[in-house]
Parts: sequence; C-alpha cells; structure tokens
Amino acid sequence: MGAWLSEPLTWGNALVMFLWGVVFLGIVLGFVTYAIYFERKVIGWMQLRIGPNRVGPFGLFQTVADILKLLVKEDTIPRKADRFLFILAPALAYVPAFSVLVVLPYTQNLYFADLNVGLLYYVALSGISTLAIVIGGWASNNKYALLGGMRSAAQMISYEVPLVISVVGVILLSGSLNLRDIVEAQAGGWFWNWNFLPQIIGFVVFIIAAVSELNRTPFDLPEAESELVAGYHVEYSGFRFAFFMLSEYVYVYAIAALTTVLFLGGWHAPAPFLDFVPGILWFLLKFACIVFFLFWIRATFPRIRVDQLMGLGWKVLLPVSLLNVFLTAVYLELFIKN
Amino acid sequence: MIRTEELLLNVGPQHPSTHGVFRIVVKLDGEVITEATPVMGYLHRGTEKIAENLNFTQIIPYTDRMDYVSAMTNNYVLVHAVETMMGLEIPLRAEFMRLIVMEMQRVASHLVWWGTYLLDIGAMSPFLYAFRDREIIIDLFNELCGARLTYNYMRVGGVKWDAPPGWMDKVRDFIPYMEKKLQEYDKLVSGNEIFLARIKGIGQYDAATAIDYGLSGANLRCTGVDWDLRKAEPYSLYDRFEFDVPLGTRGDCYDRYRIRLEEIKQSLRILKQAVEQFPQGGETMGKVPRAIRPPAGEVYVRIESPRGEIGCHIVSKGKAEPYRLKFRRPSFVNLQLLPKLLVGETMTNLITILGGVDIVVGEVDC
Repeated sequence: MGAWLSEPLTWGNALVMFLWGVVFLGIVLGFVTYAIYFERKVIGWMQLRIGPNRVGPFGLFQTVADILKLLVKEDTIPRKADRFLFILAPALAYVPAFSVLVVLPYTQNLYFADLNVGLLYYVALSGISTLAIVIGGWASNNKYALLGGMRSAAQMISYEVPLVISVVGVILLSGSLNLRDIVEAQAGGWFWNWNFLPQIIGFVVFIIAAVSELNRTPFDLPEAESELVAGYHVEYSGFRFAFFMLSEYVYVYAIAALTTVLFLGGWHAPAPFLDFVPGILWFLLKFACIVFFLFWIRATFPRIRVDQLMGLGWKVLLPVSLLNVFLTAVYLELFIKN
Repeated sequence: MIRTEELLLNVGPQHPSTHGVFRIVVKLDGEVITEATPVMGYLHRGTEKIAENLNFTQIIPYTDRMDYVSAMTNNYVLVHAVETMMGLEIPLRAEFMRLIVMEMQRVASHLVWWGTYLLDIGAMSPFLYAFRDREIIIDLFNELCGARLTYNYMRVGGVKWDAPPGWMDKVRDFIPYMEKKLQEYDKLVSGNEIFLARIKGIGQYDAATAIDYGLSGANLRCTGVDWDLRKAEPYSLYDRFEFDVPLGTRGDCYDRYRIRLEEIKQSLRILKQAVEQFPQGGETMGKVPRAIRPPAGEVYVRIESPRGEIGCHIVSKGKAEPYRLKFRRPSFVNLQLLPKLLVGETMTNLITILGGVDIVVGEVDC
C-alpha cells in the first residue's frame, strides 16, 4: 500500500480508504471475537474444563451469542449517574483503542499509515483510554466503580512511564520512531538479531508494563472482581459494557502486534533459509504466541496488591528501564558510532 | 486545601468474596480502612430454637446445614454430646467409620478453603484443581450415604450406613493420590512471589490476643499455641493414631495458609492408619433405647472441626427434645477479631484477612 497512501486525496481514493477502514474494523472485530473464544478455551483446558462447546461447532459461535445477548439487553443508566459522561466513557475507551492500530505494520507492504512518529502516536493515543476508565468510574456514581477508576488512573500513569522508557533502547538502536523502520532495522540473519535479545532488559520491562497497561492478571486491579466486584464497569450493562470489553481486547491485539514489531522482528523469518515463507505468516505466528502468553499468565498468577503494584512500577521497572537506556547508549557510543 | 471525606463502603451481603451472605461495612480513607463493622444474620435460621421442638435424631439434619462445608464434624458434635449424656457405648466399627469420614471431611473442607482463598487473591486455576480433588471425597460420601453435602450420616449410637463393598479400598487409593496432588499444589502456589507478598505479614496478631478473643483452629495455632482438641482432649479414637499438630510462629495469613495445607497432610496420615486398623466385622449401631431421652442435666462437649473448636451444649429435662441446645460455632467466634484486625489495612487486605479466617456463613449465623 506504500506508494498508494501518498497519492492525492480524490473522492475515489477517499472511498477506497474508507472501505479499507471498514474491512480492517471487521478484521479486528473478528480477532476480538475469536480471541475471547481462544482465551476461554485455553484457560478452560488449563483449568481442567472444556470451555465453550455448545453454541455452534466446538462452541465457535459462543462469543457471537454473547455479544448478541449484550446487544439486546436493556440499556440501563443509573438514575444518579452523570448521564453525559456515562454515555461518553465507553466510546472514549474504544476510539483510541482502534485508532492506535493504524500505525502497526504487518508486512513490508501491508500497513495503514506510514507515520514517522508511529511509536509516539501509539503511546499518546493509548493514554486516552485511561481517561475513559476514570470517567466511567466517576460517572457511574458507584463507590466500587470510583475505587476501580482511581486505581486504574494510578496504575496507568505509573506503568506508562516504564513502558515508554523501555522502548527507548529500541528507538536508539534503530534510530527511528517509525515502526516500519524499526522492523527493517532488525532485518537480515537469524532471530538473535531481533531486538528482544540485545534489548532483553527493555523487553522484560516492556512485557510487564504492557500486561499492566492491558489491565490483565496479575495487574487487573481496576476490575479486581474479588475486591471491587467489577471495578469501573460495575454499573455498565448491555452494549456499553461490551464496548469496554471490546476496547480491552483491541488493546490485546495492539500490544501483541506492537511487541512483535518492536522486539520480535515483525514479519522477518527467524532464520535466513526460511525467508521463502510469506512474512505475514511469521507475523501472525509471533502475534499468536504473544496473545497465548497473555492468556497463559492469566491462568497462572494471583493478583498483586495496589501498593505493591506502585512499588514495582516506580522502584523497580522505572530504574531498570532507565538503566537499559543508559547501557544501550553506552553500547552505541563505544561500538557502533566509530 | 482539598476537602476530603471518608468513604462509607458496604461490602456484601452480595459480594463475590464474602463467602456467602456475610456483610461488612467499612469506612475508607482513600483505600485505608479506618473502621469496620461486620453485620451478620442474613443466613440466620434459628437452628437452636427449632431444635427445642425436635427429638435428637431430627436435629442431626439441621447440623448439616450449619457448617455445610464440613457437615460430618457437625453431625459428630451433636451425637457425641447426646452419647456422652446417656453414657452410650459405640461399636468400634462405627467409631472408625465416623473418624474416617470426619478426617476426609477435614481434607475436603481445607481444599475448599484453599481454592477459594486463592480465588480471593486473584488466582483462578487453583480453585478448580481443589474442587477436582474435593469431588473425589464428595463422591465417596455420596456412595456412602447418598448425599453430597448434607449427609445426615451419623446417629446417636453409631452411623446410619456401613461402608459399601470396596469403599474402603477407594479411600485407601485416595490417600497417596491426594499426597501427590498436595505436592503439586505446593509447587504451583506456595512459592509464588506475588502470592507470598500478598499474605506474608498480613493480619498479624499474637497468642495473647488470639486467646483473649477465643479464637480456635488454625486461627489460634498460627500464633504458636499448641491447642488441637484431637490431641489436647482426645475424643473418638484420636488417641490411637500418630499425627502432628502444625503450628505457626508469626500469626499471619501465611502461617494460617501453611497450617491448613499441613493439616491436610496430617489428616491423610490419620486416614492411612485408620484404614489399616479398620475392624473387619462388627456393628455400625450400638444398643440404643428406642426413644432417645438423655437424663436431666447438662453437658458440653467440644471437638476440633476444620474451622476450630465446635462445641455443643445440651440442657435436658429428661425428655426426647432438648430443653435448650447451644452450639459454639468456631466461624462465629473467630470473626470477633476481624474489626480490630482490619483497621489500618487496605481494601485488598480486607479480602485477604477475611479469607484467611475461613468462615462459613451458615455457621456464623446458624
């Protein structure tokens, strides 16, 4: 799509772009539907259960049925809620979640925007979703929701900092914020040239911070069901609730794709002799591994406590990621510059 | 200066982690609790009052519904009280059956606790593992007395059903299986850094406080007080078997966790010996008069239930019904320390501490 994106904007081009957007939305929704199915199946197997198997063959339509149920459910807004904000929050959660996907490159030629500040764009937009959670928690006029929203605000702020700093090393190595250039910088040769080994510290910090950003176990404090019942979305039902859930899974997609791009060499094959396999397949494989890893963690770990979470974020992850930036810079200065 | 207010938060009776319909009203300053008031009684059914109009055999099913996670020990405390009053002789085989089901019940009860406690702390999978293994015990009980939860198994003077053929072999097979699974649990959970950070040093109190508040069971032993009624005042056949009473040192949630896991191990040890010594023949019911009328007077007996010291006080006027019946329920007594423990803790620790007490609301409210 590369050259085509920079063509002048005519009515025809605008229509095609719009259609591409719709197609992409369909792909993302399809991913979310089957990511939920996959998650329930995988966790079910890990927990000696079968998982969904009633609706459709192998339960494949379970999520479809669930979403349908949410769609036809009565739309309730608590009487004392702040109506405007209450309605705004789910949309505000979803819009940035979908918007960040635009910068992710899938192969050499398949991408939706070639932004030279791609990474920055991602980080900046994903921060807006926090706002939606806080607004949702506040507008519900429910104490549990408020606590969940506040926790979420604290958590997101604390973890966005190490998340961003942990990728600074990658940016230094590739010399660009453009995600396509970052992938290209990892090209050639074997898989140990990908960023995850040279940037192992950054990679680990990134994964931890990413799980926290996703609000998933062991960092799912904003919706800790054993303490806060359901956290910030306790008053939401029907399609508004579905939108919160949807944006959460869209972020799973986004983070898995971003990790693949930043650390796992994007569409590149792990060994030179495997180059004949199309890049998109490598991308999907790596992507699926990350998604599986996220689900696997959920089945394994207990939840961390709020103060421990803050402590980990500020006292461990932040210094470690700063150290990583320092080490990378020293390495570049000593070995690469000359 | 920002104006701040305390937040009055109502936790329960419909809350996923209060284990039933227990309710606690907490005042929060940020996330720190400044005051906690437990509110109970949502499951009160007036068991003790109802019992005054029932004869003793009819009361037994009501005891099932008190601590529904450990119905066998509740059965036992009632029939044991009546038997003590009447001075009845229990056949050896019946006594063995009782002991075996009580120890299996202890294992099952601690498994429920283990699973739900980890669920409270946020780990989902252990819950299902624990229930898988508990299911085996429940199935064995089902085979024995046709019920999975409310057994109504014991009678004054013995037990209702003898073990069906092959049942004892299944119990024998279960013991090594469970021992293996326990190791697996230890590997899966006990070393988890997040889990340890969540429970170490949380909900700490000392031995003097525990005794002052009348705590019992793991809640008392975690402070290092060596008090297990199976050892201290042996009832049933416990003086015949070798087992240890696990003790803690720090009196925190971690010690309670370790003690309960260790108690499963010790129960399996008792079971192993009991299954070996199980008498070949014999009656399952002793010689009991047709109408059970304990002589006028009072009796108080106490035994070690999985949750602590469960007692039964009967006042009899020589009739078929008790004049007054009172149960000392360990869950209820163990809860008394809760408001004091919770002050200064966070909302998250509330769940950790409440879960660590191991309450069954059916027993708290009776």
